[in-house]
Amino acid sequence: MLEPAHINGAMGGALIGLSAALYLALSGGIAGISGLLRSLTYFPKPGKKLLSALFFLLGLIGGAWAYQELRGTASITYAFPSDWLIPAGILVGAGTSLGSGCTSGHGICGISRFSPRSLIATATFVATAILTVFIVRTLGSA
Amino acid sequence: MKTLASILRHLLIGGLFGVGLVLSDMINPARVTGFHDVTGAWDPTLLFVMGGALLVSIPLHQLILKRPRHKIPETIKQSRKLRPDRQLIVGAILFGIGWGLSGVCPGPAIAQLANPQSETFVFLLSVIGGQYLSPILAGIFK
Repeated sequence: MLEPAHINGAMGGALIGLSAALYLALSGGIAGISGLLRSLTYFPKPGKKLLSALFFLLGLIGGAWAYQELRGTASITYAFPSDWLIPAGILVGAGTSLGSGCTSGHGICGISRFSPRSLIATATFVATAILTVFIVRTLGSA
Repeated sequence: MKTLASILRHLLIGGLFGVGLVLSDMINPARVTGFHDVTGAWDPTLLFVMGGALLVSIPLHQLILKRPRHKIPETIKQSRKLRPDRQLIVGAILFGIGWGLSGVCPGPAIAQLANPQSETFVFLLSVIGGQYLSPILAGIFK
């Protein structure tokens, strides 16, 4: 029942969780990727927070690069047409701004602080994503 | 963020996150959509990732938040007491729709920059566009 993908998933998840906790200890900040990206791209204000976000995200890209150099390039495939990435991206950018977080910020950091807001946000975006794919699949087969 | 050591620590901690995203295959949108697609060929990998992350992240977050030595901003400590509001829910719904349509959330999108395809840039630029649209939505959903 347990597949290699599941074990790799749990191990990769553990690294992500460790990274989020170390970021809190080091910077006193939330390792929510939508928020870190936003601090670089949405009216960026020079300062300590911007540099923390910048070097953390550069490290993230570097880690993803180094691991792929060692273990082979990850395959990147999309279940849906790539035209959809534009509206999807806009929704992700607007939604994470309005809702103050994404899978990492609410789903990992927030739940780890036992934040009721993050628990509700996570349940909402996971349920909405599942419903969205269900509707797309249903309309597609109609 | 004054010293080289601090920059290196941020790069390293970000690196763990990036390795985690590739190892767990969350960098691959089709893998994420596989989790959203509950009535199709459901892929539970994302659950293992969240499980692995929280298993590490919850005890560490609790430990870090209890230690006065770490300067955790009051806003983070107090955020647990904030109540969910309309912006949180609407934001989570919009993010959920975008996540469902693409299979991409901000962390994996940035990790993709290690070996980017044109889709990576299309998505990330759309996310940034969505960030700049968010004040309009924030005005509507006060």
